[in-house]
Order: sequence, then structure tokens, then C-alpha cells
Amino acid sequence: MSQSAPAILVRDLHKSYGDHEAVAGVDFEVAAGEIFGLLGPNGAGKTTTVEILEGYRKRSGGIVSVLGFDPEQRPRALRERTGIVLQSCGLYRHIRVREAVAHWAGLYPHPRDVDEVLEITGLAERPNEPARSLSGGQRRRLDLALALIGDPDLIFLDEPTTGFDPAARREAWTTIRQLQELGKTVLLTTHYLDEAQALCDRVAIIKEGRILTEGPPATLSASAGRYRVAWRDEAGKLQEREEEDPTALLHQLTSAALARGAGIEEISVTRPSLEDIYLELTSDPVDEAV
Amino acid sequence: MSTATLSWRQYRLERRMFWRNPAAAFFSFFLPLLFLFLFGAIFRDSQENLDIIVPGIAGLSVMATTFNALATQMTFLREQGVLKRIHGTPLPGGAYLAGIIGSAATNAVFQIAIVIVAARFVFNIGWPQNWPDLIVFTLLGITCFAAMGVAYSHVIPNFEAAPAYTNIVFLPMIFISSVFYDVDVLPKFLADIAEALPLIHVINGLKAGLVTGAPLSDQLSDLAVLAIWTVASVFFAIRGFSWTTRD
Ligand SMILES: Nc1ncnc2c1ncn2[C@@H]1O[C@H](COP(=O)(O)OP(=O)(O)O)[C@@H](O)[C@H]1O
Ligand SMILES: [Mg+2]
Repeated sequence: MSQSAPAILVRDLHKSYGDHEAVAGVDFEVAAGEIFGLLGPNGAGKTTTVEILEGYRKRSGGIVSVLGFDPEQRPRALRERTGIVLQSCGLYRHIRVREAVAHWAGLYPHPRDVDEVLEITGLAERPNEPARSLSGGQRRRLDLALALIGDPDLIFLDEPTTGFDPAARREAWTTIRQLQELGKTVLLTTHYLDEAQALCDRVAIIKEGRILTEGPPATLSASAGRYRVAWRDEAGKLQEREEEDPTALLHQLTSAALARGAGIEEISVTRPSLEDIYLELTSDPVDEAV
Repeated sequence: MSTATLSWRQYRLERRMFWRNPAAAFFSFFLPLLFLFLFGAIFRDSQENLDIIVPGIAGLSVMATTFNALATQMTFLREQGVLKRIHGTPLPGGAYLAGIIGSAATNAVFQIAIVIVAARFVFNIGWPQNWPDLIVFTLLGITCFAAMGVAYSHVIPNFEAAPAYTNIVFLPMIFISSVFYDVDVLPKFLADIAEALPLIHVINGLKAGLVTGAPLSDQLSDLAVLAIWTVASVFFAIRGFSWTTRD
């Protein structure tokens, strides 16, 4: 697959509900084979963005391309190549696990093997269980199985692990990473920072319909640019400073200490973690003022 | 895979789901039959009454298995997000609806078949007098009420409200549409309302098919009213259709 053509391209995307602008000019690209995360608090506009890309909602403005198609036209060729896990979504009341997956397999031109998909989603043990008697986490895995059965190139996951216990989340992460090994492209939304950090090649932090920053989780922290230098001064007070480049400050501190003939107590140079960035970007200005 | 194959697979799934839900199967399938035998028992001595009630119950059954069942079912599927999930797959919307409506139509045809057998062996009416009447009005009745049911599901706000919404249409309509007694006993304004609604015309046609054997050419006005209802219902069923609860 050519590296030049992104799997998803979003330019200046807008979506209003009445007066309320839920998505207010969003741009991003997802390369083929990438796991891309939209990370943001509730109400940030993640589901709205993803459901526009899935063809469920009509955008108010901007350009969107998914595998080269405009999802708003809902071309069948696109639906054959995408798998969707919606944020919340039910199923027939009386359908059984394997029956559902087998039925969904019949909707796609080149489905994967039903038992293999049950295996990788951890549902193989109870194929004849009625879907409605599954636990929340198991039902979510069935959602994933139904999204994977068509062997899609692109998979949308809207909060795939919300409500999972930690062990189940780790299992889900493993499954999602395996998708990448198969060459799939994944767009996921989450409000869990550790999930974005653990899974995503790149993350966009979104709040109030705008992308605040975007990049690989590791460089997101770095691109915030600042180092935090902390130390205990001669008076025993804890000092902290943020620097674009800490070289000069470190030099100053160390030479002063050498001149005094004493060590510097508790010195540390750290970069803000993704968590720091996230909290800083998504916290309300009101909170900061307090 | 072709749309026909996909429709057929969906139809088979719907049939399995239907039988796995005994309560719903009872209400939309056996209840009208229960009516048939109760009223049949009450009026067993009056052939004149039976000649009204048997086609009346046939019409009621067609409406219950299509209009009531589909209005309720579509509301449920929409509210639960099943429609939304299906909409994200390559399954053409038409194939999906064909499966669901086909399943409802199957229930209606089953019931007509049971009414035919009961007419012959229980109610002394004999085999249908005019098969073309019977077939035309069964199919037209199914089409009309199925489309009405889907269209009506668009205005039902949620699944909890579905029984109330359907019964407020269904119960008055069966009481004034010559299901249990001849329309002549109604005050004129009620009879006029009944004539404007579709059910009485389905029943007229089924009565011609099952009891009187009047030729199809005598039922043109019934056909005309039904055709208008069918076209309008199909229009609103398609126009208002939504795969999701909110945009
Ligand atoms: N169908 C809708 N109608 C009106 N407002 C909506 C609708 N869907 C979402 N919103 C609003 O748009 C904003 C973004 O919602 P959403 O995209 O669901 O955010 P997220 O998925 O990030 O939690 C919220 O303020 C929400 O209330
Ligand atoms: Mg959401």
C-alpha cells in the first residue's frame, strides 16, 4: 500500500447541532497501518468526528476522505472495507454469540474465519451463549468480533474499553495491537490516557471540538518543549523552573554549587509526561485561575 | 453476494429470532387465533355472524402481524441501536427491510391459512369461494399495513411507548371496521370513518374471497382506497426512515 495516500484525511471539519458547534475545525491524517487515537474528555467531539468518518452523521463543513471515499455518500465498497465498534449499540435480543458472528460474516465479500475471530476476541469458550447474557466486557468483545469478521482494512473503535477491568483492558489492547500486525489501520477514541499511550502511534488531544496538540505520545511530551528542573537551594527551599533548554540553568546551578563547595540537593531534570500535557490542555481555565 | 441472497439470509435470521421469543410470538401470532375461536364459539349458532367474523378476524390478523408487529419491532431495533449497527455493514438497507417485512408477511400468510382451514372445518363456510380475491387482498393488506407499521414507527418515541401507540390505532380500527359485527350497526359518522380507513376494505376483500365469492371487479372501490393508503404509507415509511435515534 502506498505510504503517500493516507487512510483517513480530515481537513477543517465542522459539525454543528443547532447553535452548538460540537466540532470546530478539526484537521488530521491517519496513515495506512497506523493506530491513531483521538483522546479527550467527555463531550469533546470524539464520537461526532468518528461517526462522520463512519458515514452516520453529515458534516456541516470541511473535507473528509476515508480510504479515498467520501463517507457521507455511504459507498458500499467503503463499508465492505471498514469495521465499526460504536460507542454503544445493541443487538438482537435472542441471538447467540457464534450465530451473530456467522450472520455478520455473510454480509461481507471476504470474511475471516468465524471460529478464528471468536478465538482472538476471547469468545470461543461459549459460542452458544445468548448475546444478552454476556457481561459488559464480553459484549464489547462481541462488538469487536462483529467489526473484525469482515476482515476490514480500517477499524473504528469508539471507546472500545470503557467499563473494562484492568485485566480485560490489557487483553483488548493485545487484540488491537494484533490488528496492526495484520496491517490494519485503526482509529480509536478514548478518554483514558494510558490507553492512548499504550496503543497509539499518534494521538490527537481534542477538547471542545478542537485539536489542541497532535503527535506520537512520546514526542507530544517533548514538543511541549519544556524541561522541568527542580532542586533544593542553599536555604533549603525547593525550587522549580521550566526551561526550553535547561543547559544554561544547569550550568549556573552547578558552577554556583562548585563555588560554594557544596553539592546540589535533590536536583532533577524531567520532561512533562503525556499526562501532564493532557491535564494542562484539557483542564478548564477556571480551575487554573483558582 | 446478491441482494436477493442477503434478503433471504436476513429473513431466515428473523424467523429464528421470532420463534425464540415466545411471548412476542404469542401476541402477534396466537392471539388473533384465540379471538377466532372465542368469537366462533360465541356465535357458533349464527351463520350470518360467522360469515362476518371469520373474514373480520382474517383482516385483524393481517393487521396485527404486520402493522402492530412492525411498528413495535422497528422502534425496538432503532432504540437498541441494531439498525445503526446494521447500517454500518455492507448489507443494503432494502435487503434488511425485506428480511424483516418478509418475516411479518409470513406470519400474516400463516394466519390466513389457519383461518381458511378453520372456515372449512370449524365454521361451516367451506373452502374459499374466490381465490383471486383472497390472494389479492391478502397481499395488498400485508403491503399496506407493513408499510403503515414502518411509517408509524417513525413517530413512536421509544419502545416503552410502542404498545400504547399501536393500540391507540389498532383497537379503535378493529372495533369500527366490521371485524366483530356488520358495519351497518355503527352510527353513520363512525361508519364514515371506518370507510376512510384501510382495514374495512381489506376485510371486504377477504370476505369476498372467503365467503361470498364476489368477483374482483365488484371490489374496485376497496382496491382503490387500499391503493391510496398503500402508496401514502410506503412514501412515509421511506421518507421518515432513520437508522439511528438522533442525527
Ligand atoms: N445528536 C446530537 N445532537 C445534539 N448534540 C449532540 C449530539 N451528539 C453530540 N452532541 C453534543 O456534541 C458534543 C460532542 O459530543 P460527542 O461527539 O458525543 O463527544 P465525545 O464522544 O467526545 O464524548 C457534546 O456537547 C454533545 O452533547
Ligand atoms: Mg463519545
